[in-house]
Amino acid sequence: MSTVPAETGARIDALLAPWKGARRDSLIPILQDVQEACGFLPKEAIVKIGRHLDLPASKIYGVATFYNQFRFQPPGRYQVMVCRGTACHVKGSAAVLEAICHDLKIRPGQTTRDGLFSIEVVACIGACGLAPVISINGEFFAGVTPDGVAAILDGFRRKEVASA
Amino acid sequence: MLDPVSAAAGAPAFPRCCERCFHSPETPCRDLVACLEAGPLCHEDATCAAALTARREAALRLRPARPVIYVGTGTCGLGAGAAKTLRAVRAWLHEHAREAEIVEVGCIGLCSFEPLLDVQLPGRARLCFHRVTEQVVEPLLETLFAGEVPRELLLGQMRGEGGEAWPGLPCLDEHPFFAPQTRWVLAHCGVADPTSIEEYLARGGYRALARVLHGRTPEEVTGTVEASGLRGRGGGGFLTGRKWRFALETAADQRYLVCNADEGDPGAFMDRAVIEGDPHRLLEGMAIAAYAIGASKAYVYIRAEYPLAIQRLRNAIAAARAYGLLGRNVLDTGFNLEIVIKMGAGAFVCGEETALIHSIEGRRGMPRPRPPFPAARGLFGKPTVINNVETLANVAAILDRGAEWFSSLGTATSKGTKVFALSGTIARTGLVEVAMGTPLRDIVFAIGGGIPGGRAFKAVQIGGPSGGCIPESRLDTLVDYESLKTVGAMMGSGGLVVMDERTCMVDVAKFFMDFIQRESCGKCIPCREGTRHMLEILQAITRARGREKGKETLERFQGVVHLQRLAKVIQDTSLCGLGQTAPNPVLATLRWFPEEYEEHIFDRNCRAGVCAELRHYSIVAEKCKGCGLCLKRCPTAAIMGAPRSPHYIVPDLCIACGTCLDVCKLDAVLVA
Repeated sequence: MSTVPAETGARIDALLAPWKGARRDSLIPILQDVQEACGFLPKEAIVKIGRHLDLPASKIYGVATFYNQFRFQPPGRYQVMVCRGTACHVKGSAAVLEAICHDLKIRPGQTTRDGLFSIEVVACIGACGLAPVISINGEFFAGVTPDGVAAILDGFRRKEVASA
Repeated sequence: MLDPVSAAAGAPAFPRCCERCFHSPETPCRDLVACLEAGPLCHEDATCAAALTARREAALRLRPARPVIYVGTGTCGLGAGAAKTLRAVRAWLHEHAREAEIVEVGCIGLCSFEPLLDVQLPGRARLCFHRVTEQVVEPLLETLFAGEVPRELLLGQMRGEGGEAWPGLPCLDEHPFFAPQTRWVLAHCGVADPTSIEEYLARGGYRALARVLHGRTPEEVTGTVEASGLRGRGGGGFLTGRKWRFALETAADQRYLVCNADEGDPGAFMDRAVIEGDPHRLLEGMAIAAYAIGASKAYVYIRAEYPLAIQRLRNAIAAARAYGLLGRNVLDTGFNLEIVIKMGAGAFVCGEETALIHSIEGRRGMPRPRPPFPAARGLFGKPTVINNVETLANVAAILDRGAEWFSSLGTATSKGTKVFALSGTIARTGLVEVAMGTPLRDIVFAIGGGIPGGRAFKAVQIGGPSGGCIPESRLDTLVDYESLKTVGAMMGSGGLVVMDERTCMVDVAKFFMDFIQRESCGKCIPCREGTRHMLEILQAITRARGREKGKETLERFQGVVHLQRLAKVIQDTSLCGLGQTAPNPVLATLRWFPEEYEEHIFDRNCRAGVCAELRHYSIVAEKCKGCGLCLKRCPTAAIMGAPRSPHYIVPDLCIACGTCLDVCKLDAVLVA
């Protein structure tokens, strides 16, 4: 991230407003709020949260980098979450992940150049009965096979073209 | 300060029968639960009594005027397409100008048969149908409303739900998936409307809480739970009542209750299903536990990956608060309880008590040495009891029906039931609740229906990354905390992943080590560095000869020699449960499947054909007719060839997914 748009700062201030008088134990909920609104944790937000909670930015980075949930890069418009739970693994999620990476030409944690897709690997979505499972922007796809990946992703690409 | 997360809109109002009832959440009614059950109690009025009875019957949908359609919209149902089914049902009703009540329920447990749709026609028993995808909705409803029951879609009729039974139709509780189960915790899941507090009350909910608050001391409640023999369902299996007693006996001005719903074990989803399907059962259990230990504030630490469960829980808390069952002066007894939802941020180690406490306090979720145990010094330095969702979901029934009732089921040391999340290569996947002491074989073969496709059973993985794999020869092991330990596994939180002959045990061990080394918090060096090194050894075992350079072959053998010693060091020198149990997946597979390790090490052969580097796909030119099917389906375009001439696979592009092997009708694909 080179520059943060001016409105981001104002947006973060607005997000912090309801947390007046918050203490350290509200740090993770605040980070979750910011990520929910911005899609990731911009540098500016970390500094502002630090000032708000009277904590050094290093402590906040320390907490934010510890947990898998927090991202420091903007995600794609469609977030592909690939479940790598045990049941999914037994049913071949490694090959599904490989096929998705191959199709999008990125690795987990990265975003495609057009900003359309990003891949995230999650420990378990909790839908083990339907393994292997992927979820794209909250929409679940059950029993995914490596050769079925392209059709799913193409569906989202078409949606994008149609709405453009 | 009000936590913005726990504030929810659209809560139901306090249930008043008429103007004479002067109660509200601010002035709660002492006899609310009894009043709703057989009221009104404070005044005599036939109209009010009739209204309350009608209200109860409506909540239970005993005599519905119009058909009721239930759709299972838990996370697993939605994954199978329940949202589309629901839309199709609405569209069909609208199109045919039919009136029906639509109820969204949680998951009844049979995930592989989703989407599930139940129909209760007026005066008749509720029927449960399986695999009702959007295309099936129209023919199903048309046949049903014409008075016929489509047998091929029917799973069974529910005994005791709705009116008169259908003659000649099978009952749901006789279905092989449900018959061997004892459903206590899951009793309402998929049956009752999880968004309706009225229905929970009408089914006898909050009765135990009312009784406890009105006439039992915290010592008595703790004693009952202790006598019942209930043990923690989250993994360790510590006696719940004893944990409560420790906290109760520690003098403090403030105590906390924490419900651990951070179901981090990959392969476990029962906590999610309980919260999605029956949130009030958890809340009632929490309220009783909080009363027993003298806590006025409770936290639910739940995974952020469970948005639907969080939503349901939030609404349930708001409803319970509106009824005066939570909040200040609960049921006018002077007992206060505030329940706050804390969303976990995705760290497996936060399942460990002290790490979880650090996470709630807004710190890195790293464990600390015990003692002091959280029951003495926990959250914010105060005595804290941390219980798992399933543990707390058992509490209300124990207080309602007594410790003897609970301890009459199970084995000598493990009482009650246990919920398992059954998944993997098995015919029927889903949530299963069995009595303690049930043999694993019954769960896998009777309830789960065995392995599909005529393949052979290899192992069942229990206890997640801390557990182990149990082979066929030990399948008669009973489900019981102690028995499972004798075979190198543990109860864990209850994930059961079934593996068939196409699963490689070395690969499974590698999968868990990869998970553990990523999730190790990094505090203890043996866990942080040791698990990574174990993973490297396993990776070396599964590496192809061609990719080894210099001394790597020698190091590969050296690693194998030291594998078990390394495991021992990690077990002995790690601070928390994660590290102490981290080597279990390797040790258990090594114990029961040594021959697979030997094949990988000496022959560089993976009998299951999983380890990609030890596997090469090729096409037999004599057999290939050039149909192009594999070429079209290959996800990485690694197959080339002209139509009607033999194809070939480019090894560098192949990810060894096996799609070509599966689709080839001529058996031309060769795996070596």
